[in-house]
Amino acid sequence: MGMTITEKILAAHAGRDQVEPGELINCKVDVVLGNDITAPVAIKEFEKIGVSGVFDKERVVLIPDHFTPNKDIKSAEQAKMLRDFARKHGLTNYFEVGRMGIEHCLLPEQGIVLPGDVVIGADSHTCTYGALGAFSTGVGSTDMAAGMASGEVWFKVPESIKFVFNGELNKWVSGKDLILYAIGDIGVDGALYEAMEFTGPAISSLSMDGRLTMANMAIEAGGKNGIIAPDQTTIDYVKSRAKRPYKVYASDEDARYTRVIEYNVADIEPQVAFPHLPENARPISEVGTVEIDQAVIGSCTNGRMEDLRIAANVLKGQKVHPYVRLVIFPGTQAIFKQAMQEGLFEIFVDAGAAVSTPTCGPCLGGHMGILAKGERAIATTNRNFVGRMGHPESEVYLSNPAVAAASAILGRIASPEEVE
Amino acid sequence: MEFQGRTWKFGADVDTDAIIPARYLNTSDPAELAAHCMEDADPEFPNKVAAGDVIVADKNFGCGSSREHAPICLKAAGVSCVIAKSFARIFYRNAFNIGLPILESPEAVDGIEEGDQLKVDVDNGVIYNLTKGTSFKSTAIPPFMQELIDAGGLINYLRGRLSR
Repeated sequence: MGMTITEKILAAHAGRDQVEPGELINCKVDVVLGNDITAPVAIKEFEKIGVSGVFDKERVVLIPDHFTPNKDIKSAEQAKMLRDFARKHGLTNYFEVGRMGIEHCLLPEQGIVLPGDVVIGADSHTCTYGALGAFSTGVGSTDMAAGMASGEVWFKVPESIKFVFNGELNKWVSGKDLILYAIGDIGVDGALYEAMEFTGPAISSLSMDGRLTMANMAIEAGGKNGIIAPDQTTIDYVKSRAKRPYKVYASDEDARYTRVIEYNVADIEPQVAFPHLPENARPISEVGTVEIDQAVIGSCTNGRMEDLRIAANVLKGQKVHPYVRLVIFPGTQAIFKQAMQEGLFEIFVDAGAAVSTPTCGPCLGGHMGILAKGERAIATTNRNFVGRMGHPESEVYLSNPAVAAASAILGRIASPEEVE
Repeated sequence: MEFQGRTWKFGADVDTDAIIPARYLNTSDPAELAAHCMEDADPEFPNKVAAGDVIVADKNFGCGSSREHAPICLKAAGVSCVIAKSFARIFYRNAFNIGLPILESPEAVDGIEEGDQLKVDVDNGVIYNLTKGTSFKSTAIPPFMQELIDAGGLINYLRGRLSR
């Protein structure tokens, strides 16, 4: 019996030739990640284990990105725990404000995660790195602590669902729309405990940025991981960034899937997910009139160069609607600099947008763009749960960067086609 | 392990932002977190819940974030266990890791109403609805997870292994 890419990576890290879905295995991990919300709990648990140090000081990655630059004293104390731990244990991959980025934008960019890796992160969007052909999944703080101490983690080998995206993408349709469409189809628990393997010609045509967006949201369908087999696009992306060897895996022809789901992407318009679940996706043509108070472009889902270029393309020569705040969050310092050099910030600022240093900030209702009672935002982020961006009676609509930019200009959720 | 308490019933897809909103995640103190437990789903919940009470919810309980603060705040608020039709996977792992018992039983969820008094025998996976005089069996816990529970959680399990 053949194996899927997910099964092959897990088998290799468990020292096995073969694994079967449902089996419990112990795996070596290549990278363990935590942030300023989850790592403080993990550090406390780590201290209880009684080991002298972490399993590998180059492979435990700590990034204060959620409530940073520190939004209040308590957040400052939490970020300080990471900083102190990183110094005490000599961690080489601690990223300070001014040199950091949103974790899931930063790790691929810096070549810290690579094809064929097993990665655990105490952040649910750790599934992002599946876009590189790695097995990567979110865990809690206690699992992170155990991973930091032992360099190992236990898993139940997941079943896999194969998604085949056929056809050519329509204008303004991106990785974000494909994943929102798929979540809309299968639901927020449609892939519960399962691997989501994205394949097909439309995936091959996506840039790395678009692929990272897709894998990022696998968790929004309940998936254990999202994964895309490496191809030339992947190799071109990682070859200049990798500082260690990596391995490319692909699913066998006779690999076993619980389901194969095929889409023709020619049928897919830009998608908007209505409150309060990512599965409430609708095509932009069926949105109707939804006025907005805020637009957010950025996050681990859509804070990369391609996203900023698309937004700038829509915003060039335009003005943000007088009743709307548009806040733009580049994903990393390198992206920030690149966008500055390409003149994108001039376009954003001339349009009347605010540009922020990289932070998770508003995506989780942390800071830098909190909604008041009754306010409504369109966001390129990943979740639109009750209270996600602020007051429990505020609303978040999810979209791609082009739709968010067009909506900021028109003051209501709009297609970029409507912008002159 | 056996618990007895009142049922607080919730719907499908209760997410971790509803269990503990991110605006309170600038601390990891269990008591502080417990004061805001389930606040965005029911603002009065932290005041109403009593030690031993049981949350009974529909499918996909705990979806969303990986924040371990979610099971931590439920446990600190006095919730003795959560019964649901299904659990999101990260919440499932986290609950075991911090020692919050969780049981999967679609039949129990359908057979329990808000306010019902329950007795839960966690070791044998049996849920007794004392109000209605019915009982339900939950899905068996995988043997490896039972080992973790017996060891007193993942950290204790690991401490035993790494200090050999």
